[in-house]
Amino acid sequence: MKIQTKADLEKMREVGLKTLYPGTTKISVGMATCGLSTGAGKVYEAIKKEVEKGKLPIRLSQTGCIGFCQREPVVDILEPGKPRIFYQGVTPERSAELVHQWLENKVVEDLLLCKMEREDWIVDGKAKDYSILQSPSGVDGTPLYHQVPFYGKQLKIALRNCGFINPDSIEEYVARGGYFSLCKALFDMKPEGIIEEVKRSGLRGRGGAGFPTGSKWDSCRRAKGDRKFILCNADEGDPGAYMDRSVLEGDPHSVIEGMIIGAYAIGAREGFIYVRDEYPLAIQKLRIALAEAEKVGLLGENILGSGFSLKINLFRGGGAFVCGESTALMASIEGNVGEPRAKHIHTTESGLWDKPSNLNNVETWNNVPIIISRGADWYSKIGTEGSKGTKVFSVVGKVNNTGLVEVPMGITLREIVYDVGGGVPEGKKFKAVQTGGPSGGCIPESLLNLPVDFDRLTEVGSMMGSGGMIVMDESTCMVDVAKYFMNFLKDESCGKCTSCREGTKRMHEILTEITEGRGTIDHIALLEELGWVTAEASLCQLGGTAPNPVLSTIRYFREEYEEHIIHKRCPAKVCRALLKYRILSDVCTSCGRCAKVCPVEAITGKQRTKKDKGKPFKIDVKKCIKCGMCLEACKFKAVEVE
Amino acid sequence: MTQSEIDAIVKQYGGKESAILAILQDVQAKERYLPKETLEYISEKMHIPMTAIFRIATFYNALSIKPRGRHKVDVCLGTACHVRGGNKIMDKLERDLGISVGETTKDKRFTLELVRCVGCCSLGPVAVVDGEVCGRLTQDKMPSILKEFK
Repeated sequence: MKIQTKADLEKMREVGLKTLYPGTTKISVGMATCGLSTGAGKVYEAIKKEVEKGKLPIRLSQTGCIGFCQREPVVDILEPGKPRIFYQGVTPERSAELVHQWLENKVVEDLLLCKMEREDWIVDGKAKDYSILQSPSGVDGTPLYHQVPFYGKQLKIALRNCGFINPDSIEEYVARGGYFSLCKALFDMKPEGIIEEVKRSGLRGRGGAGFPTGSKWDSCRRAKGDRKFILCNADEGDPGAYMDRSVLEGDPHSVIEGMIIGAYAIGAREGFIYVRDEYPLAIQKLRIALAEAEKVGLLGENILGSGFSLKINLFRGGGAFVCGESTALMASIEGNVGEPRAKHIHTTESGLWDKPSNLNNVETWNNVPIIISRGADWYSKIGTEGSKGTKVFSVVGKVNNTGLVEVPMGITLREIVYDVGGGVPEGKKFKAVQTGGPSGGCIPESLLNLPVDFDRLTEVGSMMGSGGMIVMDESTCMVDVAKYFMNFLKDESCGKCTSCREGTKRMHEILTEITEGRGTIDHIALLEELGWVTAEASLCQLGGTAPNPVLSTIRYFREEYEEHIIHKRCPAKVCRALLKYRILSDVCTSCGRCAKVCPVEAITGKQRTKKDKGKPFKIDVKKCIKCGMCLEACKFKAVEVE
Repeated sequence: MTQSEIDAIVKQYGGKESAILAILQDVQAKERYLPKETLEYISEKMHIPMTAIFRIATFYNALSIKPRGRHKVDVCLGTACHVRGGNKIMDKLERDLGISVGETTKDKRFTLELVRCVGCCSLGPVAVVDGEVCGRLTQDKMPSILKEFK
């Protein structure tokens, strides 16, 4: 069907509502990359087989990720008159049980995640209520969605549709209020009015730097030139951050709608989405979404009959971190290598092919339709003075609940790590949280009550970045983390500026010396000096922020550096050159597992048999390569690292 | 790859110089790497100097001018995987396959590469074998995973 009026869109909404909430039982499987890697594809097939075999009156659908990646594969069941039930950790083997129990009005209790009685439609400000009157037996003790600690403090704006719609269905996107903001923008607002609304909303770029989005649009609109470009930065390179992947895989139309509204406001007729090569599923979902939007007339020539036209192209990156930098990204689209250039003239005036270009990242574009539909007044009530709205964080690393978390700006780091993330596993001690990717820093426990927003994170020597939040515990070595980031940056530096190319390399060399026991106390001051020069003398922000991981770890964990340098000890037991493996003879049961897995035959002893108790095993330190296989294999905690 | 196959790819992008990265990616999808003769042919056909093409082919991590094996193993060394022991997975593979990162086994079965974050951080450490993401890895899981790929 071709959409030419708002009435047509309403009709499409009806079609979408019928597949979103069919009059029969519907089972949805979360099939984003995280789900697929834990076997969601096989779960889907297993359920499908069961449904087909029994000719059951069940509709099967697939969705994106509902955020709780740790508990994937997540499956949800929806039936009129019942609460929506979410299962976690479903396996292909247990899929049939899940289906058949449901048909008998029962649930599989040990796989339950939560039940939902109300589903927010945040775009319209409405909600879909589920009846909980006819709850299947066994769900009474299950928490409601908002009672699950992981979800309790979340407010989903960017992730509004992820896990709820089939990303391949434009109808389901429309059913939850999608493309109505575009209608409003095209017919009820003027371009200047849209920009004003975005300015008033306080939206700041979610890609890292936090530049005010409305002001960027304004300068691009005012820039001279007939041909302008609208660009989407989906080159989510920060290791540890994957919210953009999730949005593109679970709700690609939200980004497309945001871009069309932006293009209309700025006066662009052509756009590009630059996606990382490492995200094949996101690329596939975007291709489908772009083609669908064009087919129904929401993209392409004469959108909704308004006379406004926009062509959006998909550009696949080449696996270079630096291409997330705006000018490098544009150089890459032009067919050159992705090297940044000086930004004396802003890209909003002279960007892609020297034309005015407006670049925002995935999450920023995805926020735009909400601001248009709910208005700047509503949006700006969420968040802090200087940072409005919500931010998606990927809470990962040494934390119990890993996944994507969307919270209002201003929430404290402690709430994210402990309330949402559930704290550090195995009773270990929290050490730091790393934010901002390779441009950011490590924040220690003493600053956990810090409210999270753009400015406060910068004040403590880190930054918001794209939202990666890697939790580190006592078994993470901060010098090793600094070395890790420097290794990353020296590889990813494009090499154009000497300060960045050589600075990152030298810092990595010094950190290697320290982690291998050859450090001297002067090295710390040298690192600080090198860091300063690298930041000051580099052209783009890759070099400009490169020293942050080193400087922030020196600032907050200087004693750990000193421990490596003076006592040649790695307190976290990570830096291999400083470690020694040994077997505690009084704990060793002579089972011999360690000797079996040892790749270099460094472990000897006499294995116990029925008749003979055997002799405790020993590690020959000269042969030992410190791979840690014996530590992993020992079930009796007899292997000790010192 | 035959010249007509290359021609078809170039044509698909309208022969545009700016599409060179996409063209090389498509060629690589078929060849698993970028053979010198193919690059020379593209250079001639598209009137782009070989030096410029070589610069692109060596700048981007996704492109390789070295022949690759039948299966590509990418070990993720993003931050989340790193703190959860991604480097131990890499070491294990290097030992078991008898090659260093970036190399291919003699029997051309595996090429071992590293990738900086595939966005599966909550399941780290992670490796991607022929596009299939394997999560929650431990060193002893690796041999049975690799066994699937002949």
